[in-house]
Amino acid sequence: MMTTIEDVEILLVEDNPNDVELTIRALQKQNLANKVFVVKDGAEALDFIFATGAFATRKIENRPKVVLLDLKLPKIDGIEVLRRIKADDRTKHTPVVMLTSSQEERDVLDTYNLGVNSYIVKPVDFSNFVHAVSELGVYWGLLNKLPY
Amino acid sequence: MKAEEIDILLVEDNPNDAELTLRALRKSNIGARLAIAKDGAEALEYLLGGRPKPKVVFLDLKLPKIDGIEVLRRVREDDRTRSIPVVVLTSSQEERDITECYKLGVNSYVVKPVEFDKFYKAVGDLGIYWLALNKSPL
Repeated sequence: MMTTIEDVEILLVEDNPNDVELTIRALQKQNLANKVFVVKDGAEALDFIFATGAFATRKIENRPKVVLLDLKLPKIDGIEVLRRIKADDRTKHTPVVMLTSSQEERDVLDTYNLGVNSYIVKPVDFSNFVHAVSELGVYWGLLNKLPY
Repeated sequence: MKAEEIDILLVEDNPNDAELTLRALRKSNIGARLAIAKDGAEALEYLLGGRPKPKVVFLDLKLPKIDGIEVLRRVREDDRTRSIPVVVLTSSQEERDITECYKLGVNSYVVKPVEFDKFYKAVGDLGIYWLALNKSPL
C-alpha cells in the first residue's frame, strides 16, 4: 500500500484506524491506494507537509495532489493544520479537503474562510462512506488540475 | 435571471458549452437548479447583487466584459462572497492561469476535455461532487 515518501499523491490525516482502513479500501477500488500516505495526528501532518521532524529528508516541493484532513485530531487539530498550510506560500496551493464527521456550521464556515478547497461530511453508512471517498479520490486525483 | 435560490451559477459565454453543461447536469440526476451568466459583469452582478448565494460557481476564464480571473478576484475580496466555492472550468491549460487562480483562492481548477463524451462525463462528475458530496458554507 505504501509508496516512497516522495511520490505521495494523497496525504490522509486521520487518527481513527477504522476510518483509515475504510478510506484506503475505497481508494483501492479506484487504483489510487498505492499513492496514499497516512499520518495520525496534526503534528505529524505538519511535519510531513513542511518536511520537518521525522520527514526532514523529504522535499517540500513534492506536494501531494490533495490532503484529506480530519478536524478532531490529537496534538494539533485540523483547523490549525489547515491554517498553517494556507498561510505559507510554499504550501498554500495544495488542495485541502476536510473529511470529518462534524456538520457544525461554525466548522464549515471557519474552514472555508481559511481557504479549504472542499468540505466533506463523512457519511455514517458504510457503503456511502466508501462511495464518497472514491468520488473524492477520483475528483482530486484525476479531474482537478494543479499548478505543480 | 430571477431572484430565486439556485445551486449552481454557471458563468459561460459559449452557448454550446452552456447547453452541454446543462444536459450533463440534468443527466447526473442531482436536481441542480442552475442560473447562467454570459459574461463576467453579469456574474458579478448576480453574486454581489444581494441574491441568494449559489452552492458553487462554475467559472470560465475567457469571458466578455470582465474576465474570469477578475471575477474570482472580486468574489474573494468581498466578505459577502469570499467563502463561496468557485471552480474554474476552462479550456486553458496555461501554467500562468492555473497558478493565478490558485493564488486567488480558487477551490478547484478543471480543464474542459475537448472530446464530447469526456466533457459530458467531467461536467456530470463535477456536479455530483460539488452538490451531492461537498458541503457548502451557505
